[in-house]
Amino acid sequence: MVEKEKKGKIPRQPMPEQNPKARARNFDEVPLGYSEEVAMLEATRCLQCKNPTCMAGCPVDIDIPAFIARIKEGEFASAIAKIKEKNVLPAVCGRVCPQEMQCEKTCVLAKKGEPVAIGRLERFSADWERAQGKVSTPKKEPSTGKRVAVVGSGPSGLTVAGDLILKGHDVTVFEAFQVPGGVLVYGIPEFRLPKAIVAAEVDYMKKLGVKFECDKVVGATVSVDELFEEGFDAVYIGVGAGLPIFMHIPGENLIGVYSANEYLTRSNLMKAYLFPEFDTPIIRGKDVVVFGAGNVAMDAARTAVRLGADRVRIIYRRSREEMPARIEEIHHAEQEDVEFILLAAPLNFIGDENGRLTGVRCQRMELGEPDESGRRRPVPVEGSEFEVACDTAVIAIGAGPNPLLTSATRDIRLSKRGYIIVDPETGKTIKKGVWAGGDIVTGQATVILAMGAGRKVANSIHKYLTLGW
Amino acid sequence: MFQIVYREEMAEGTVVLNEVMAPGIAAKAKPGQFVMIRANEEGERIPLTMAETNQEKGTITIIYQIVGKSTALFKTLKEGDSYLDIIGPLGRPTRIEKTGRVTCVGGGTGVAVIYPITKGYKEAGNEVTAIIGARTKDLLILEDKMRAASDNLRVCTDDGSYGHHGFVTDVLKEILEGEGTDLVVAIGPVAMMKFTCELTKQYKVKTVVSLNPIMVDGTGMCGCCRVTVGGRTRFACVDGPEFDGHEVDFNELTHRLQAYVNDERVSYKSFLKGSKC
Repeated sequence: MVEKEKKGKIPRQPMPEQNPKARARNFDEVPLGYSEEVAMLEATRCLQCKNPTCMAGCPVDIDIPAFIARIKEGEFASAIAKIKEKNVLPAVCGRVCPQEMQCEKTCVLAKKGEPVAIGRLERFSADWERAQGKVSTPKKEPSTGKRVAVVGSGPSGLTVAGDLILKGHDVTVFEAFQVPGGVLVYGIPEFRLPKAIVAAEVDYMKKLGVKFECDKVVGATVSVDELFEEGFDAVYIGVGAGLPIFMHIPGENLIGVYSANEYLTRSNLMKAYLFPEFDTPIIRGKDVVVFGAGNVAMDAARTAVRLGADRVRIIYRRSREEMPARIEEIHHAEQEDVEFILLAAPLNFIGDENGRLTGVRCQRMELGEPDESGRRRPVPVEGSEFEVACDTAVIAIGAGPNPLLTSATRDIRLSKRGYIIVDPETGKTIKKGVWAGGDIVTGQATVILAMGAGRKVANSIHKYLTLGW
Repeated sequence: MFQIVYREEMAEGTVVLNEVMAPGIAAKAKPGQFVMIRANEEGERIPLTMAETNQEKGTITIIYQIVGKSTALFKTLKEGDSYLDIIGPLGRPTRIEKTGRVTCVGGGTGVAVIYPITKGYKEAGNEVTAIIGARTKDLLILEDKMRAASDNLRVCTDDGSYGHHGFVTDVLKEILEGEGTDLVVAIGPVAMMKFTCELTKQYKVKTVVSLNPIMVDGTGMCGCCRVTVGGRTRFACVDGPEFDGHEVDFNELTHRLQAYVNDERVSYKSFLKGSKC
């Protein structure tokens, strides 16, 4: 399609970013955010469609044209209030949502050229409010006296909590780690989502009246049945996909081979990038390889860059087109000199006499017929083995369902792979009073999809608490 | 916050006992289970197997040896001070059954871990012999408690300053050659567990060990604690910490425990420097 630029037409406003050379040495956030002027300019690009197609692309139904209209008028406080009617985590979503697959994909302007930068405007609104130091809270319905336990404080759990507290229920969120946020804290790195922002969103929830109990592993410290005995009327299970997937190839237990979960948890949650100021160490590899090509793989590779690696290589068994990461993330990784070895898969790791990683033997692949995911299946090329020297390897090929809670909870149904089976309309499990959603139901997905699931569940729980199962 | 209600130094100050207020965990914990523990905001999450729990008081007891920065930091906590985080109970409890004759072998601070297990086996109606060891007499811990928890206690010191002069495996061999035993539980330094397992393998006596790999979350989320057992990778935090000792790859475990040895040195050094000021 040929792009016709009318004279004087305002182009999509670029996001100012930290320069790649500088940022490769720090953990500060990469995109810097719009200024008020730029945000207002970008907002004027919105056509204010009568039937806004962008909203169809939003899993939590934000009234997108309405909040953008307010930014255009410089009414930032009212813009963020509009967003918060539907989204409890705007500062997070404005940063990590794959807008290009959602609202911005269905924006009318996307057909003609460049869609409105909806995500950047959402982020701007949330950041503007936080910078003011006074965060508005919507009014709450009168108390219903019903108690809801939310297990897991990731994106879906926070959405359920945020929605139900506004409907007048008493909500307690249980978190296994020492701080709330789930994958927002342990998984997504500081340079993509500053932890101070997650903390601010959690503080906002506390202000709404949500209670947080950290260091509580439901399934170990307390069981789901005991939550009911303690007087909770409904339980939501949103524990995420907390089981690392390994490749089960020889040498995988050598020192220097990490699951992405471990590598990122050490760096993000435990702040190993600040060692020895913080006590948790991490191997600062000079030659790092990362397996997989999703967002988590990009996060791991870019973390390795910042930890001082001389060379970081992503090894992926398919081709560039099949890489599941957001284009923006791949682009950021490339800007930071992350290299890609495509169409290659590992055969075994190689180590020294002390059990430390020194390399990985790989094999070339070629693409064959499409598999059940619709992507062309990688097929090994005979006799194409080659070796890649490395001192650190991160396996980022996905995560599965952690069985700690599910195996300790009777009367819920699990799929063959260990995910919780729920009614797709409501998120209800077969156990009365228990719902589930997010990655523990769908498998590893995005923040916003988990939030969409949370929204659906919150509606269903509210219905149950007011009308019955 | 988890307050320390009782504190005791043992083994010439190289080992510290903390009884800590943690009612939620005390109500649930069973022998063999562990907690993840963190002293302050900058701290590491350290796995420690509980030595004792008291449901009425709502306390758990942990016993740790000072081996680096984190445990040195723990040692500075006094009665009335608190740990920032304690998470648990984690891991699978010991499968305590009536087996017949059981021999519980503990070395170093492993004695603290084997103590509730010893007690559990005796309460389940087994005839329990306990063998505990240390480098020297003054480093021996929990002798009285172990005597009370078992039917017969044998003590060993490497230097002969007390009890049998030699290793716990010497005494175990005597038992294997003599009256025999139906089950061995061995907990202590990796080398001790390894040699114990090599010995009991010859006598085809089932041996359970409790492994202590490095952990981060302790809930099966990161895979840091992976160990090879029977040729398969298992997570010590959720599949263990106890495994069939004859199946464990101890050499791999020994290596993996060394993963951060240089960082640990840096951390400990800077801590010692700081605390002297």
